[in-house]
Amino acid sequence: MTFDQFLQYIFSGVTSGSVYALTALGFTLIFNATDIINFSQGQMVMLGGMVAVALHSAGLPLWVCFIGAVAAVVVLTIAFEEVAIRPLIRKGVLAQIIATIGAAFVFETAAMLIWGRDSLTLPAFSGEEPLSVGRATVVPQTLWVVGLTIVIVVALQLFYRKSLFGKAVRACAVNPTAARLQGISYRRVVLFSFALSGAISAAAGVMITPISFMGYSSGALFGLKGFAAATLGGLGNPVGAVVGGFLLGILEALGVGVVSAGYKDAIAFVILLLVLFARPAGLLGARVVNRQ
Amino acid sequence: MTPFVSYARKHAGYLVFAVVVMTIPAYLGNGYYLSVLAFMGTRFMVALGLSLLLGQAGQISLGQAAFVGIGAYGAAILTTRLGFDPWLAMALAAMLAAIIAGVVGIPTLKLKGHYLAMATLGVNEIVYILLVQLKGLTNGTDGITGIPSLSIGGLDLGGPKAYHLVVWGVALLMLRFALNLSRSRVGRSLRALRRSEPAAESLGVDTSYRKVQVFMLAAAFASIAGSFDAYYVHYISPDGYTITFSIILVTGVIIGGLGSIWGALWGTLAIVILPELLKRGNEDFINLVFGVLLIAIMIFWQGRTGGIWQSVKAWKSRRGQDGAAPPGVEE
Repeated sequence: MTFDQFLQYIFSGVTSGSVYALTALGFTLIFNATDIINFSQGQMVMLGGMVAVALHSAGLPLWVCFIGAVAAVVVLTIAFEEVAIRPLIRKGVLAQIIATIGAAFVFETAAMLIWGRDSLTLPAFSGEEPLSVGRATVVPQTLWVVGLTIVIVVALQLFYRKSLFGKAVRACAVNPTAARLQGISYRRVVLFSFALSGAISAAAGVMITPISFMGYSSGALFGLKGFAAATLGGLGNPVGAVVGGFLLGILEALGVGVVSAGYKDAIAFVILLLVLFARPAGLLGARVVNRQ
Repeated sequence: MTPFVSYARKHAGYLVFAVVVMTIPAYLGNGYYLSVLAFMGTRFMVALGLSLLLGQAGQISLGQAAFVGIGAYGAAILTTRLGFDPWLAMALAAMLAAIIAGVVGIPTLKLKGHYLAMATLGVNEIVYILLVQLKGLTNGTDGITGIPSLSIGGLDLGGPKAYHLVVWGVALLMLRFALNLSRSRVGRSLRALRRSEPAAESLGVDTSYRKVQVFMLAAAFASIAGSFDAYYVHYISPDGYTITFSIILVTGVIIGGLGSIWGALWGTLAIVILPELLKRGNEDFINLVFGVLLIAIMIFWQGRTGGIWQSVKAWKSRRGQDGAAPPGVEE
């Protein structure tokens, strides 16, 4: 592998890593608020992309499509929380996880019935002309993806650290009962976490669609890899989710360079299993994983 | 009362079911219906394993299709390439599936929570990718053809009637085993750990060891089912072993109900018959129905574990009172 090739793989890894990082953040938000692993997370990424494509084919400008897609997925996530998760809140985590598996099925099949089986795409946000970095090239969309991901991550950190409600969300993640005793509305935190998780995932879906296309079945892989990233970084730790996402993207891209493109999708799961085996708390595991 | 009569009374349901199932070929000559029934038999084997895992141990596997695939490909490769006896190939594939389940289960089931679900999703994806990519071994997406039929001592079991008897014979043995297991010390300790792991542990149950055992058993059941399918259809390709199939299997077990092993039977009926019914309408629709059913059963479940029938009953009579916790409830 020459240095230029190496650079090219890094660019591609950082691009898909951004999406994994945002999906992992989506997992983390819901997991911290409710202990639920949301199996429909990847489908939210997919729906973000698909709704944006639909809005774009209706002739709307790209930025409207972006906002519209995020808003649509937020509404859907809130509806899902209200209908399926809320009635199960004291019925055990297993019942809630099964409900999210059901939701994944519903979202995926609904997307297929609405938009068909073809993979769809969006035009890039600002042109397709590749920029050259040394002898490697970058499409401008990559800069959009990475840039927007950084903006989202920084904004989220500021919100968590500086705002009162952000602190309340963190308090609920540490100990919901104690947070409630302090007068924090647990309901509001859960609802907010679902909405924010949906918004971040949908944004990731819209950004990546011009690069990697989006079909009704794309969500499952995004979800799995997002979860692998979250576990790699330490499930429950937002910083870990972002680090895990970028690391996973880069390892995957380099793996394609070393092994073969056919095994690309297997790399993430081998990493996931290795992490669960060797270090289940993840690289930056802040939350203690209970070993029995 | 003779021992036989007391045994018959105790296991009346099982015996009636066994007699009904095993006599079907005597009065049903239609090859297509027999094939559907035999197909149902292998689905039932997978569902039994999942039912033990989900209903008794409170753990989800979203990768059972991978174990079915290991059974099918193990049987196909060992018989067509290496000339193994089909029964021996089936046993070796089941052992491989159980070993893989152990390797995945030991680290993940030590963790509190539902890591097994995600890990098995990963396993399913890896197995699927390997089936497609290892072209030298699996023929990739073309699949493997020319898989031999089963036979016993020179007696060919390739026909629908003989095959029905063998498949359901094995399925009935598995059912008996699962029923006995759920009533045994193992079953009691599984149900105890499902309700409260700390309490089960304080009574001396090695909870993660038990869960790994059940997971390995479920994998072996799934693998045997996969081998049977391969020997009957004589052709396999990777498309039969996707995550979607894994989720449909879980859906079936949940529709059937987790309260008893028999739920696996109702669930199998649901996942075999619902698609057959919907084929006349829109085939794509089926997963939407399964998804909605999963959510609806969870909501109406309200702490009961009886599957769709119990859920409907519970929903009718429910006003305010909460039932016992469903499996997996943490506190």
